[in-house]
Parts: sequence; structure tokens; C-alpha cells
Amino acid sequence: MLLAAFWFFATLMLLFGLSVVLLRNPVSCAMSLVMSFICLAALYVTLDATFIGVIQVLVYAGAVMVLFLFIIMLLDLREEKSRRLNFGATLGGVLVVAAFLSIMTQVILSNPAFAIPTPTLAGPQISDVKMIGMTLFHSFWLPFEVIGVLLLSATVGVVVLSRRTLR
Amino acid sequence: MPTLANYLIASGLLFAAGLGVVMLRRSIIVIFMGLELMLNAANLSLVAFSRYGLVSGHQNYNAQILVFFIISVAAAEVAVGLAIIVSLYRARQTTHVEDLDTLKF
Repeated sequence: MLLAAFWFFATLMLLFGLSVVLLRNPVSCAMSLVMSFICLAALYVTLDATFIGVIQVLVYAGAVMVLFLFIIMLLDLREEKSRRLNFGATLGGVLVVAAFLSIMTQVILSNPAFAIPTPTLAGPQISDVKMIGMTLFHSFWLPFEVIGVLLLSATVGVVVLSRRTLR
Repeated sequence: MPTLANYLIASGLLFAAGLGVVMLRRSIIVIFMGLELMLNAANLSLVAFSRYGLVSGHQNYNAQILVFFIISVAAAEVAVGLAIIVSLYRARQTTHVEDLDTLKF
């Protein structure tokens, strides 16, 4: 059951991720990215990380991608004109990606430490949200406050950047 | 049950897709989407390690907190990045990276 869900959502996620590379229209890229993020949220749920899955749908598939689509609409981006492909750059890109993939698969498949099956969780399960809240406000309260400051400064920065004239 | 290696390879393939977007595409907004894809691949491997490396019978919640922080930093980064793209478009009327070669030697 879990294995079937993993294969289904992982395949779907990778197919949509691949279509971001291949599709020419930025709106279809953004929509396949949304689908990829939703499948990723489902993968988080198969890993018993329900809170992260919900956050993924809310923040990424919701807020961030709406922002992307809004900017695409605002700039009125058309389909990318098919210019002459820079052959060297394309070849270099494909080579870098292929080298990364081959090294990664070799490392992961050769190390027996990564071949472990899913360990069973112990005892009565406390709810995921409760455990995350306890960890967040016990051990990570300072980074949490810093994130607040970061979001505020990002907001101020966006307002300054999007004024009509930069002084 | 899927093994840890399954999740790590899925995450690596997603990262490769993001890397491919950044290397091969020429529209700056699509390149930015590729960056998001790579961040999410890193998140997936963190959540997988949190599930497979149990701490006294529970998932390692420190990893999930790190994912939470990565998501919030990424949200701030997207907002600032898109504002930069908008002001770039105002100044140059283009989002094609090959038209932005002022810094090219």
C-alpha cells in the first residue's frame, strides 16, 4: 500500500518536474510545478510528516505559485521564442546534470546504510503538530524569532524594490 | 515498504530536474522555478532522513523543523526574487537571460 503510493506519487512528481524543463509556455511550467509540489506533499504524508505536507500545499502550491502566476500575468510573458540554441551551453548543462545523476545513484546504491526498510514508530503516536510545536518552541525558539525578522525585512525589501523609481 | 534509498533517489532525480531547468532554460522566471524545485528536493531528503533515523521511537523532529525553516526562508526569497524580476523587466523590457549581458566580459 505504502510502496504503491510511493511509486505512484514519485513517478508523477518526477514527470511533472521533467515537464517544467520541456514545456515552453511559462504558465504550463508553473502549473506542472504546482502539480509536482502537490505530489511532493503526498510523499511527505507517506513519510508520516503530515504537518510538513500540509505546509507544503499551503505555502508552496498555494502562496508561492500564486505569486509566480501573478508575476507571469503582470509581465504578460508569452511563449519563449525558439531562438537558436547555444549548443555549447546546452551540452554543458546536459553533461553537468548527467554527471550529478550518475555520481548520486552510485553513492546511494553502493552504500548499504541507505538500503534500510522503514522502521516502525514506537508506542502510542503523539500528534505530529504537537511534537513539531514542542520541538519548535523548546529548542528552536530563537531561530523562530529570527525567521519573523527575516519575513518582515523581506516584506519591507519587496515594497522598496517595487516602487516606481529607485533612488 | 519503500527503503531510504528509494526516497533519496527520488529526491536526487527531482534535484536533477531543477538543475536541468537552471542550466537549459533561458527565461529568468522559469530559472527561478528550477531553484524552487531544487529546494524542494533537499526538503524531501531531509524528511526521508527524519523518518528513517528514529530518535527513541519517534521521528527526528529536528529535521522537520529545519524543513519548516527552509520553507519559510524560501517564501521570503521568492517574494524578493520576483520583486527583483519585476523591476528588471521595468528597466529592460525583457526576461530573457541572453539579453542581460551587461556584466559579460
